[in-house]
Amino acid sequence: MSAGKPRALRNVVGQPLPKVDAMAKCLGQTQFADDLALPRMLHAKMLRSPHPHARIRRIDVRPALAMEGVIAAITGKDVSIPYGILPVSQDEEALVLEHVRYAGDPVACVAAVTEELAEAACERIVVEYEVLEPLMTVEEALARGDLRIHDYGPEGNIHKMACLEFGSVDAGFAEADHIREDVFFYEGNTHLCLEQHASLARYESDGKLTLWSSTQTPHYVHRALAKVLELPPSQVRIIACPNGGGFGGKSDPFNHEICVAKLAMLAGRPVKIALTREEVFYCHRGRHPVSMWIKTGFKADGAITAMHFRSVLDGGAYGSYGVASTYYTGALQTVTYPIPHYKFEGVRVFTNKPPCGPKRGHGTPQPRFAVECQLDMAAKDLGLSPVDMRLAHLVPENTVTCNYLRVRTTGLRECIERVVAASGFREKHGRLGRGRGIGLACSSYLSGAGLPIYWNNMPHSGVQLKIDRGGGVAVFCGSTDIGQGSDSVLAYIVAEILGVRVRDVAVFTADTDLTPVDLGSYSSRVTLMTGNATIEAATALRDKLLLVASETLGALPAGLDMKDNRVFRRDDPSRYVSFVEVANLAEARFGTLGAVGSYKPPKSPGKHRGAGVGPSPAYSYQACVLEVEVDLDTGWPTVEHIWIAHDGGTAINPLLVIGQVEGSVYMGLGEAMMEEMAYRNGVHKIPSMLDYKSHTAPDMPPVTTILVETEDPNGPYGAKECGQGPLLPVPPAYTNALYDAIGVRFDQVPVGPDLILLALQKKVLRVGPTRIPEVGWHAPLQVELPAAQPTPELV
Amino acid sequence: MKHLFRLNVNGETHEVAADVHHTLLEVLREELRLTGTKHGCEVGECGACCVLVDGEPVLSCLALPIECEGKAITTVEGMAAGAAPHPLQQAFYELGAAQCGYCTPGILLTAQALLAQEPAPTRERIACAIGGNICRCTGYLKIFEAIELAADRMRRAVADTVTL
Repeated sequence: MSAGKPRALRNVVGQPLPKVDAMAKCLGQTQFADDLALPRMLHAKMLRSPHPHARIRRIDVRPALAMEGVIAAITGKDVSIPYGILPVSQDEEALVLEHVRYAGDPVACVAAVTEELAEAACERIVVEYEVLEPLMTVEEALARGDLRIHDYGPEGNIHKMACLEFGSVDAGFAEADHIREDVFFYEGNTHLCLEQHASLARYESDGKLTLWSSTQTPHYVHRALAKVLELPPSQVRIIACPNGGGFGGKSDPFNHEICVAKLAMLAGRPVKIALTREEVFYCHRGRHPVSMWIKTGFKADGAITAMHFRSVLDGGAYGSYGVASTYYTGALQTVTYPIPHYKFEGVRVFTNKPPCGPKRGHGTPQPRFAVECQLDMAAKDLGLSPVDMRLAHLVPENTVTCNYLRVRTTGLRECIERVVAASGFREKHGRLGRGRGIGLACSSYLSGAGLPIYWNNMPHSGVQLKIDRGGGVAVFCGSTDIGQGSDSVLAYIVAEILGVRVRDVAVFTADTDLTPVDLGSYSSRVTLMTGNATIEAATALRDKLLLVASETLGALPAGLDMKDNRVFRRDDPSRYVSFVEVANLAEARFGTLGAVGSYKPPKSPGKHRGAGVGPSPAYSYQACVLEVEVDLDTGWPTVEHIWIAHDGGTAINPLLVIGQVEGSVYMGLGEAMMEEMAYRNGVHKIPSMLDYKSHTAPDMPPVTTILVETEDPNGPYGAKECGQGPLLPVPPAYTNALYDAIGVRFDQVPVGPDLILLALQKKVLRVGPTRIPEVGWHAPLQVELPAAQPTPELV
Repeated sequence: MKHLFRLNVNGETHEVAADVHHTLLEVLREELRLTGTKHGCEVGECGACCVLVDGEPVLSCLALPIECEGKAITTVEGMAAGAAPHPLQQAFYELGAAQCGYCTPGILLTAQALLAQEPAPTRERIACAIGGNICRCTGYLKIFEAIELAADRMRRAVADTVTL
């Protein structure tokens, strides 16, 4: 839904404005969850299992409760109803009832008058464990199908298997001039939000429970709390505080949220918990480690004839978003380059590690890494330039891919052309001399998922507006600002449509009592979905105001416009009435002024099982060029420059879009070069910010960002996503650049100086896995190719 | 047994009763309710809790209040002059250098200390100065730009004062 006005006439949309909440953040006034305090508030601490895999034989909290100042203590039996983010994976217990599944799984929670006392009380709790063999790798978990981590899933420790074939890959491979089979590994890593998760619960005498929490998804926390605590949902209120970083790490309902709520109910006093950094590593829900095998058929000109993709995900201890993650490792391969026949086999395996989940790019950076590396290898085999091979075979606009994803707009061609030109790729590739190299990679991502987590026909996003008698406009929406600027987007669009200043718009978000549901800040859905809902609400209100103003100004509503807090005649802007006046007249005429708007994505063409993951109202596109210098004596890689072009549709605020792109590039570079979750002897090896390596300010290379603004008909003003896609091309651009620099293929990430030095010393041509874990794949669901489509317009 | 501290924070002297082993971070946030100072690790690894003690950046999670008695402590709440934001705060606001805003107070104060020493730092010097402050949102680039903009404005303001 693009809101009609030509770009040149817009006042707010397209402007590089500050965020509405930015000054409060700069002044230190923003209240994050742990900044809140209530009278009589207690502090909670969790006791966590030191064993990765165990059964609780006995647990006794009485010694803790005996301490003065300890007010309440709970164990698994107090919060025994299972929950989970996905309806198909309700496999978590807020406190372990019996089966401990990773080192860090909480077994008890204590509320006391101070945090120190709560911690001391946890140490008094007696727990007897029967230690079980920890299954720390996918191979171990698959081999020990008799020792199940969960008692659901198709077999053994397999959580989910998805096997789909669109068309016939055998037929496609038969048409190929060249076939490649390659194996890749993408290590798991974590969000490392700077804010440690925190929650504060209050239970009032009337039976109402309120939870303030650092969550990206208050709507789903609402569902989980009501379920586990057996409260009517109407008696539960979730308020998502501004998140000190999310990146997907605060998208699940968490055990600590449930525990403080339960403790508040027992104690009759507010209870707060703030996790330590170590505990945040245990919450995890980060990037899945994925082993991938990919077989692709190419014509001599580089066209793909078929692709067969296998992914094996190390899921960790719980389901989380894992079913969706599994499908996502196979969904978006098809939206960049046409793939006429495609087969995907994916499996997620439980292991005794903190659960993996959605991290920025959710399940798609891993396969994108594999595809883009393999494309470079194929280009070399075929004697083609990696640029020209990609440019010659791009998914055209208005396409339905073989796996039923509808691509409406794509700016990928322009993205490639512009990063290649800006970086001098053609002049540099293969010509920088040993030790220096340049690499290219492309990618695409969703602007929100086409289907909600709980399948229903209700809107994915709702917005409500009211106007006060002083001319202020309040916007209410369930969306959650995690730093990306979602509060600002609401204000910008309201201000644009009603012709008021941004500061005249008061934004109220992420409160399940006050605001209409928005599903949450995940899958890059917020700008597109809340934006469209806001346009609908604000346009309804504008129509009312223009009707009243038309009588005063003696012109038809169509002949009026709103700007600078005025309603004026287009043919004679000197004839105007103020916004306040019109609002007052309209209130006298219509009664209390308000409007609602909602958004639901268009129906996806796919009907097969598994078709729910991958469809989106709009796809963003990226191309990235990265130049690297490798010290041949030490293996030290220095990224000299990154150029990235991003098609995020219309930039509602280019300043914020560039900020999202730069942040994504930074995070992708971390995944490419150093970030990894590592385990030793069943426990997390490095649960600290010092040892979990991430780029610091001096490590960050210069980044040139180019915005390619296609106007997507489904996006508000043509906007698509910008917060996730730009992460995706960075890891493969890095390894493609390393190959150009030193002639070594790195088919795994992260790649740091240690691996590079090893490769240089051993003079190997490839570093990477040789096979993926053996899996008994099920017969694939055969899906017919979509019916022939009308020839797309030439682009 | 609590200890009574006299702490000068943002130009105001406070008498605070706190356990002697509680960190400056805890006392600022919990006793004085100055929650603008953030925590991301509480063991000196992330830089979020940085405050100025006699103008020097100090990780408040590693500092004890008893060490800070008789010294001038500045937190993010003390940067603005009344209702007027500090030029660094203004520049961070304008350029989108605060995304989630959680690392922002620590970086603002670190930058303020840098600019007091070096009014015209190179980008390399800026990166080095904030090398101990982790930011996960911005990729640091907008932060560099904002510090450069603020430095430029502060130099001009000084120049204007001199020419008056």
